[in-house]
Amino acid sequence: MSLLAFRKGGIHPADRKELSAAATITALPAPGTVIIPLMQHIGAPTKPVVKKGDEVKVGQVLAEPGGFVSTVIHSSVSGKVKKLADVPTAGGDRVPAIEIVNNGEDIWVDGVDLDATEIDFSAADDFKDRIRDAGIVGMGGAAFPTHVKLSPPKDSPVDALVINGAECEPYLTADYRLMIEKPREVLLGVKAMMLVLSVEKALVGIEDNKPDAYRAMRAAATGELAGIEIKLLRTRYPQGAEKQLIEALLGRRVPPGKLPFAVGVIVQNVGTCYAVFEALAKNKPLIERVVTVTGRAADKPSNFLVRLGTPVSALMEAAEVSDDAVRAMISGGPMMGRAFRHTEIPVVKATSGILLMDAEEFTARQERDCIRCGRCVDACPMGLIPCDLAAFAEFSNWDAAAGVDDCVECGSCQYVCPSRRFLVQWIRLAKAQRRRLKK
Amino acid sequence: MTIYLQSSPHIRGKEDVRAVMFQVVLALVPGIIAAVVFFGARAALVLGVAAASVLVFEALFLRMAGKSVKDFALDGSGLITALLLAMNLPAGIPVYMIVVGAFVAVLLGKHTFGGLGNNPFNPALVGRVFLLISFPTAMTTWPVTALADMDVATAATPLGLFKTDGADALSAWLANNGYVNLLTGNRGGCLGESSAIAIILGGLFLLWRKIITWEIPVTFIASVALITGIAWAVSPDNYANPAFHVLSGGLMLGAWFMATDMVTSPVTRKGQIIFGLGCGVLTAVIRLWGGYPEGVSFAILIMNGFVPLIDRYMVPKHFGARGVTA
Repeated sequence: MSLLAFRKGGIHPADRKELSAAATITALPAPGTVIIPLMQHIGAPTKPVVKKGDEVKVGQVLAEPGGFVSTVIHSSVSGKVKKLADVPTAGGDRVPAIEIVNNGEDIWVDGVDLDATEIDFSAADDFKDRIRDAGIVGMGGAAFPTHVKLSPPKDSPVDALVINGAECEPYLTADYRLMIEKPREVLLGVKAMMLVLSVEKALVGIEDNKPDAYRAMRAAATGELAGIEIKLLRTRYPQGAEKQLIEALLGRRVPPGKLPFAVGVIVQNVGTCYAVFEALAKNKPLIERVVTVTGRAADKPSNFLVRLGTPVSALMEAAEVSDDAVRAMISGGPMMGRAFRHTEIPVVKATSGILLMDAEEFTARQERDCIRCGRCVDACPMGLIPCDLAAFAEFSNWDAAAGVDDCVECGSCQYVCPSRRFLVQWIRLAKAQRRRLKK
Repeated sequence: MTIYLQSSPHIRGKEDVRAVMFQVVLALVPGIIAAVVFFGARAALVLGVAAASVLVFEALFLRMAGKSVKDFALDGSGLITALLLAMNLPAGIPVYMIVVGAFVAVLLGKHTFGGLGNNPFNPALVGRVFLLISFPTAMTTWPVTALADMDVATAATPLGLFKTDGADALSAWLANNGYVNLLTGNRGGCLGESSAIAIILGGLFLLWRKIITWEIPVTFIASVALITGIAWAVSPDNYANPAFHVLSGGLMLGAWFMATDMVTSPVTRKGQIIFGLGCGVLTAVIRLWGGYPEGVSFAILIMNGFVPLIDRYMVPKHFGARGVTA
């Protein structure tokens, strides 16, 4: 059987998912204090609606959207607001956050039914508003507000919903575990978004290194969910990149500089579908998420259900991370994740994984001159010439580096580079400079 | 504990420059063995002197450039230059000329431009062509192979025979020696010009290991075959047949090992096709109508000069630039 896949470029890194693949999702106890940043998404910052000393319940609104492309932020514990302060994040910058001391009672706001298992599909008119009110953003890492994504522009009719179950980043298994343990719930979330968009077609793409997840989702796609197509993809990084996934599943190519709307598609991540299910079935806002904690420096690689705002140190302790072995700490996967050093940074809506790499997995390397082997050109899924773009950046030739605008920063070029060039870093520099010059 | 903070991606593929270079060295081994079999200890001496002098000059120029001798001199690229230079020399060449060739290859071919990666021309070919122009006699005096059943010490290469004595002389040579000797390498020529089979074997290894791509060798060899084939079809009395051209001279070594040098060839597949075609056309033209019997070295060097231009225009289309396909 020839499996679906995107056509150009891509790489096959060792997926290392075996470390945490068998670990069932377990709830991590809520910590004594949560730190909830007011900016956990792409778009406008949120506006806090609580102040120091306020008593809050689980699921209570802490901050309101600061614009259309923004979202709601909720408390993940019950307790008292300790302070509003700037905290470090995985991105390296400091953002305003609300600190809440957990009273340990776990008192929820009214109207939440944690045992509900079905969505009332007759109430689909309200779904989009409820998704916004639940604070749902893209859970794959981009954290774009979901209700905005579900509002395609009028001139771009959408006819297909694509669900990203590729989880193409090595190591990460959060989506994989969700698809195995909660396939019906994920698909109910898909169905709800199909109704919001009024589309008949929905496809879930799962790579063939996750056959268990494929089987579980297939088995769950019955009855009212039978219309959702579960597709097996040939494993290849970066299959989970929006444009590549759409090409693999539908053969449509999103033009440069355009969004999936342009070809009538909207892409949502498996974790987002599950969050939508929880919002619509249980009336439960997004206050926790599945986080893979893995890497060879973790003695007990795990998939935790974590309250947002939990410091990473608590996850590391639960995964029995040996501090001496750690060489690099990554928020997200090894290809696109961000290295961090403060272990008190909080888990946020976009935190798909915490990767603790030891000396065998991570080696600091010196870059040397490009030998023009062209491997980056062959590996680039976007049709770019990474070696030249990096050289333009190195010599501050920002006009010549125009190609960087189409780079998705998947890192395939840098992965294959024998000269160990920091290609993506150079490209990011060029992107930032070009943005600045445009202003 | 040391925690590293760097930009993503945080994992790298296994092959670094050294791994790539030493696989090329490995791929040259069959050709080297063939050279030593056919030309004896003298071939081993040429290879050894080239390797030793290239490494010494590498260390010297790296030091002058303020670079780490430890990190760069032994990265395998110098060894490749040395081996390819040696493979482009006749076995009987005086030792001091090898040293001169190595000096020119490493200094003019490589380090004046900033070292590996920045050189526009293939260093080994720069060395070879310098020697060819400076010492034309020594560079075209070919010892017969150790296996040749002849009493003479030197003999013209089949290509040289064809150039100076014409198609009839070549036909007589082919009648005596046949194509098998062209394939296996039992004939006069540079070390690496002899055994087509040994070179192809190494080339296929490089293809399999994805060190090189098919575009350059295939288009290079095919265009030589095509053009010499047309000339032969039009006038078989004046021109040699394409099978002879493909198996003769430095074409195999050039197409598989020299033109594919990653530093001096285009980075895109489209560009590599143009480059390979250019090498092939120039080689055929020089062989058929030029003053030299062999044109592979010149063809590759000339095309090396076009690489920046080719790389500038032969760019791939960005994803989705062709529009919606469904």
